Amino acid sequence: MSKNIKQLSVFLENKEGRLNEALNILAAADVNIVALSLADTKDFGMLRMIVSDPEKGQQALKAEGITASLTEVIAVQVSHATGSLAKAMEKIADAGVNVEYMYAFANGAKASAILKISAPETVVDILLGSGFEVWDADEAYRANQ
Amino acid sequence: MAKNESKPWVETILDPKVECASRDEMSALQSERLKDVVRRVYERVPFYQKKMKEMGVEPGDIRGIEDIGKLPFTTKEDVRANYPFQLLAVPNADVVRVQGTSGTTGKLVVMPYSQKDVDVWGECCGRGLTMAGLGREDRIHVCYGYGLFTGGMGLDYGATHIGAMAIPMSSGNTKRQMMCMEDFEATAIACTPSYALHLAEAMAEAGVVDRLKIRAGIHGAEPWTEEMRKKIESILHIDCFDIYGLCEITGPGVAMDCIHHKGLHVYEDYFYPEVLNPATDAPCAEGETGELVFTTLAKEALPLLRYRTKDLTDITRDKCDCGRTLARFNKFTGRTDDMKVIRGVNVFPTQVETALLSMGGGVAPHYLLIVDREDNLDVLTVLVEVDERYFSDEIRKLDELRAKVARVLHDALGVSVNVKLVEPKTIDRSEGKAKRVIDNRNL
Repeated sequence: MSKNIKQLSVFLENKEGRLNEALNILAAADVNIVALSLADTKDFGMLRMIVSDPEKGQQALKAEGITASLTEVIAVQVSHATGSLAKAMEKIADAGVNVEYMYAFANGAKASAILKISAPETVVDILLGSGFEVWDADEAYRANQ
Repeated sequence: MAKNESKPWVETILDPKVECASRDEMSALQSERLKDVVRRVYERVPFYQKKMKEMGVEPGDIRGIEDIGKLPFTTKEDVRANYPFQLLAVPNADVVRVQGTSGTTGKLVVMPYSQKDVDVWGECCGRGLTMAGLGREDRIHVCYGYGLFTGGMGLDYGATHIGAMAIPMSSGNTKRQMMCMEDFEATAIACTPSYALHLAEAMAEAGVVDRLKIRAGIHGAEPWTEEMRKKIESILHIDCFDIYGLCEITGPGVAMDCIHHKGLHVYEDYFYPEVLNPATDAPCAEGETGELVFTTLAKEALPLLRYRTKDLTDITRDKCDCGRTLARFNKFTGRTDDMKVIRGVNVFPTQVETALLSMGGGVAPHYLLIVDREDNLDVLTVLVEVDERYFSDEIRKLDELRAKVARVLHDALGVSVNVKLVEPKTIDRSEGKAKRVIDNRNL
């Protein structure tokens, strides 16, 4: 099972209604959003999402002229206990791997953190070796459904 | 594979006496013709007589081509204002045809021809077709429009001049184009580069390319890039040549590039080219970019003195590898219309395009220049569309991209630039042509 999750990344200009438009396109294409993060700068925003069908989502957005790409990320599960995310991050830091960005989503009894890192395979091994659960891509697309 | 690789290129020059003349011989010919045309327009065209009198210039003051700077300019507005036949320098009865251009705004620009003008036009196009390696045995499929537009008739006259067979197709109906090209065994195609690319792709898709006898493509009437030329060449396995002309001067056949593609050879025995600084009207040195200006040296019906094309290019008079000594100008780098003076620096949208191209990616992203004035200072903002080739989901990388674009543009333009990354398709592409500059300054 692949641990590499295809994240849907969308370039959005800072314009009124643009985010809404992108979300509506995904809804119309019957693409469910599992997790979402929105980073913004002065001129543009970056919408990053884990969705039920990344390829379909990308096609739907592209068809409407929105720049969207697929980026490989991983998702680690952590318990709702103080310090559990810190523990996972410590393992990654110890391995000298840089985290480009991270965002979280909740699912039932556990929480998950999505990580964009330079060396996903190494980090997956480290996390699994340290007792953390890492999402299988196929399951992540269907999380919370 | 490639039809044109099967035998070595043999350069043929239709009129070596003119096309390979020494600079002295060419200047002598130009001087004689200039004196003659100045005398004719002074005597017969009130517009020019008035202009010359205002400047205090008489035909006798023009002793040779070196005196051309003393003569008045002619603009497209002048030609329009004298629509349709007020600038005629021959009796009406001597006019054998008219051609014209719609321009994009307003009235037609109409150009009458005497029989001699038609002959010269055919001769120049004939020289160009010869430059493309064509001759008596060839069959030239012309899908330029036949009508007021000069493209169709120009190439047709050119084919007649060299004794080739013209196939007068005009454009449209791709299937019929393919059928005729194959059945008539056309060896050359003449059309706009965009239509050539359209046909080439259609023919590749239909699988007929290998059955064609086409060796050469003659394309012009719109700007095109080296990439476009190489694409057409690789699909059809032909050599493509850039033909230049404008209806005011004669139509296609004013200049053409040879197999070496080192600039367009101007038939300067008929059309004298000057390159002038658009701000000062002073002549540019060789290699320096300025506005291309033409004087028709032998035209009878409607000669033009120093006609301002508004196209920007530079000229060289070195002998070309093909053996011709004719002046050559490079592909246009822009139009004087589009030039903006920002903080005292001349900026052309095409410089932005070139700078963006230099970042790699093959095709420049769409862009738009916006010029504003804030606190009495000019501010240049360049919007750049972020398409998939430049997109990254990491903001840091997009910031790097923006900084790199700004740096490349600053180096190219000499003024600092705000770069704003925008979504694809957000820059207006009305009328098929992308608008490149918005100037918000009230100057």
